[in-house]
Amino acid sequence: MDRVPILRLGDCLLVTVQVDMHDELAMALQDDLTNKIVATKARGVLIDISALEMVDSFIGRMLGNIAAMSRILDARTVVVGMQPAVAITLVELGLSLPGIRTALNVDAGLALLRRMLDTSGEGVHVD
Amino acid sequence: MNRLASRLPAIVEQHQQEILTEWVRLQLESGAWRAGRLQETQLRDESQRFLHLLVNNLKNGIQFDTRNSQWSDVREFLSDLSRSRAIQGFSPSQVATFVFSLKQPIFTRLRGSLVSDPEVLADAMWDATTLLDSLGLYTTEVYQQARESVIARQQEELIELSTPVVELWPGILALPLIGTLDSERTQVVMETLLQRLVATGSSIAVIDITGVPTVDTLVAQHLLKTVSAAQLMGADCIISGIRPQIAQTIVHLGIDLSAVATKASLSDAFALALKRRGLGVVTSAVARG
Repeated sequence: MDRVPILRLGDCLLVTVQVDMHDELAMALQDDLTNKIVATKARGVLIDISALEMVDSFIGRMLGNIAAMSRILDARTVVVGMQPAVAITLVELGLSLPGIRTALNVDAGLALLRRMLDTSGEGVHVD
Repeated sequence: MNRLASRLPAIVEQHQQEILTEWVRLQLESGAWRAGRLQETQLRDESQRFLHLLVNNLKNGIQFDTRNSQWSDVREFLSDLSRSRAIQGFSPSQVATFVFSLKQPIFTRLRGSLVSDPEVLADAMWDATTLLDSLGLYTTEVYQQARESVIARQQEELIELSTPVVELWPGILALPLIGTLDSERTQVVMETLLQRLVATGSSIAVIDITGVPTVDTLVAQHLLKTVSAAQLMGADCIISGIRPQIAQTIVHLGIDLSAVATKASLSDAFALALKRRGLGVVTSAVARG
């Protein structure tokens, strides 16, 4: 079965959704991602959905779930690269994804994640 | 019409030249002819071609049916003629008169040839009338279609024209909305804005509603939808250009705009956008003197 690749970027994880998400793939991603956050002690998660052309309510909820799960494991989630058509669909479906931060592209998302982690000020700095 | 005793085709063919001459003369005299708009040679040429097609088709039968493939060349000719005259600014009745004015010369010939037999004459006249009427009406139909397609195209252009997205500063877009927002326009506005956000990588969009005459619950809902969609993509929106009356209306209608930053003027919104991007405007030493 296909799997969504999860790349490690410092203390962040980059999830790039390259194919259209079907439900099974989404469930597998939840599994993989939570495992990976625990294994790598990641503090942030970037989900790049720029290749996603279609989103239904299930995928919308899944994104919300991933954010909530990551939050429990003390990692912040930023969804990046949402296509205009996808954004319109989500708004029409009434899903405004509360609790998820978004950014236009991976660059902006990474910067946002940095700011969020810096201002949270919880990190123990070891010099 | 199955009485092929109808003498119409034969008589028209026989007197083709005389009919043409008289028809062109009549057209030149009548009010439908507008000097300067159309060259006389062109009118003569068109009349000749039409009469020629008509004669050819009359041999196959005298019933004109717009769906009948038999008359396709006549149909094509009339469509072209009607469209070109619509563009030149002729009125529908002037276009139809092109065909209707053919009646008189044909009737004259029929009367001349069939005067001895009134019954056959009446039949032939009836045939000519139904045929020319349906041809004339067809030109009107095409004329109307041509006009309607022009209107439809203009409407589309209006929608396109009225939704410009401008870049105020690298990373800051502005969308000055002018005119009433309905669902269809909002859809276009939303799509254009979101696409420009992606294309320019902007993180802030200012939606200016100075040019929107009224804001009701529906318009507000459309605006909020646009804002949420932009937020989903990771861009912030500021709504500006809210006139005093609009502010009152919004509160009276109980519309909640608290989720969106709102400013009274575009310049205030621009200042806020600059601030959010960590930018500022300073007066230069030169200007200060």
